[in-house]
Amino acid sequence: MMDWLVTPLRHIGARIINAIWRLGFILRFFAALLLVSGQSFTRLHLTLREIWFTGVLSLSIIMVSGLFIGMVLGLQGYEILQRFGSGDALGIMVALSLARELGPVVAGLLFASRAGSAVTAEIGLMKATEQLQAMDMMAVNPLARVAAPRFWGGVISMPLLAAIFSTAGVFGGWLIGVVVIGVDHGSFWSQMQASVDFRIDIVNGFIKSVVFALAVSLIAVFEGYDCHPTAEGVSRAITRTVVQSALTILALDFVLTSFMFRGLS
Amino acid sequence: MTTATGDELVVLQDVHFGYDPNHVLLRNIHFRVRRGQVVAIMGGSGSGKTTLLRLICGQHAPLSGSVRVMGKDLGRFTHAEKYAVRRRLGMLFQFGALFTDSTVFENVAFPLREHTQLPESIIRDLVLLKLNAVGLRGAAHRYPAELSGGMARRVALARAVALDPELILYDEPFAGLDPISLGIIGQLIRRLNDALGAGSVLVTHDVTESLDIVDYVYFVSEGGIVAEGTPDEIRAATHPFVDQFVHARPDGPVPFHYAAEPLAQALLGRAQ
Ligand SMILES: Nc1ncnc2c1ncn2[C@@H]1O[C@H](COP(=O)(O)OP(=O)(O)OP(=O)(O)O)[C@@H](O)[C@H]1O
Ligand SMILES: [Mg+2]
Repeated sequence: MMDWLVTPLRHIGARIINAIWRLGFILRFFAALLLVSGQSFTRLHLTLREIWFTGVLSLSIIMVSGLFIGMVLGLQGYEILQRFGSGDALGIMVALSLARELGPVVAGLLFASRAGSAVTAEIGLMKATEQLQAMDMMAVNPLARVAAPRFWGGVISMPLLAAIFSTAGVFGGWLIGVVVIGVDHGSFWSQMQASVDFRIDIVNGFIKSVVFALAVSLIAVFEGYDCHPTAEGVSRAITRTVVQSALTILALDFVLTSFMFRGLS
Repeated sequence: MTTATGDELVVLQDVHFGYDPNHVLLRNIHFRVRRGQVVAIMGGSGSGKTTLLRLICGQHAPLSGSVRVMGKDLGRFTHAEKYAVRRRLGMLFQFGALFTDSTVFENVAFPLREHTQLPESIIRDLVLLKLNAVGLRGAAHRYPAELSGGMARRVALARAVALDPELILYDEPFAGLDPISLGIIGQLIRRLNDALGAGSVLVTHDVTESLDIVDYVYFVSEGGIVAEGTPDEIRAATHPFVDQFVHARPDGPVPFHYAAEPLAQALLGRAQ
């Protein structure tokens, strides 16, 4: 009689409870990961190897994307600023948008789909082919040997990638603004230097990228570790990594931004 | 067979186990392995042999009963103690479980690198010796994906015994081997066990070959141990199950089908 109401409600309730359970699992996993991280730092080459795979091999996509975003910012920014007669402020606009927002966020999104998905796939396949179990049987903790290095590899590389992204973006903005459109070279850089604050803009942007790095790496490692050990399970886990990372980055960005930049000036 | 009880590597007493507590898979299991023994577990597909090995290595805890490995009760182990036991234990997985991103050499070197501080030159020698024993020294630089099923299994065997374990669990080491390799690997398992003074548990379907190398056999069926004995006792046994298994007769107490409704009912049920 009330089925039309009860069934969807029940469905929503089940999903919410499930999501809370999962959040609990992730946090417990995070605690376990931190607990064994000491071990994996004593064997630095494992983490360095992951920095190579997740960080260095993502360099090209990060640099190219940064360059294009910067070039678009140059075009759009100049067009808008020009309306107010302040085309010379292009440098400020490009640098601030990149350092505060686009650098951490877009680099985070790219990192999640380039490196996060790869980490999930790798760990998931190792699970599906009993490799994690085999390690456990050889008295080697897979959390310390497989998960922790990948987690820290991501946490270390992503903020660096975000910085490189922003740098490439500023260069792209300069390329369009100064070289192509003809904004004054001197004012482009000097206005940028005068207006970008190290503490407010650079440090806050960096904090953002560190938080995103923690979130994306945790999600990627957890999803791989937690997946159903089948081909379908792994593919679902990869999808979840990308989707959840993206949503988490955007949501966290809103929260962080409202704390960092609320009521400035 | 009359060694002192201190030499008991594995003792399972009245063990009950099921992956799902409501569905008991193994019941009343009594099982022991002494130092120096090679013990075989035989039984139909899906009868719970792999599960039994998982209990022995502490991957799962029994619902009731006790599992003692190397003199300690696995049920009361902390994580660290479990790892301490596993360091002295080698396991060959049914599906190999080689690390696909490492070469054959690195796979076998893995336990040595993780658990010893040996210099590289010694690790290299040890790995090549182990690979030589399974006839794959020439494949050291290959990746697992480039091996045949039987070769991968032999690499997994070399990795399982890399640390000279005191207890070695083999889950179907003979699957996918030709008769020649099968004989060699069988002998290898026996010689390794004797040389190391270890105990071995061997899950296998190759009745005739394994009866030649083992000291004791357990037959598992329908969740319990239905017969046990030395190879001679087994060959002479009149137990219908053992008779069927040893002589590979299609009809007998071993069901070929996983428990299900009768086929006719399943087919007719769909039609209705
Ligand atoms: N992880 C698991 N979760 C739930 N049930 C399982 C699991 N592993 C095995 N089973 C069930 O337990 C039973 C015994 O499985 P097991 O792998 O021990 O059989 P087996 O004797 O090794 O068979 P085979 O000779 O084919 O390898 C099977 O019915 C299987 O469906
Ligand atoms: Mg099995």
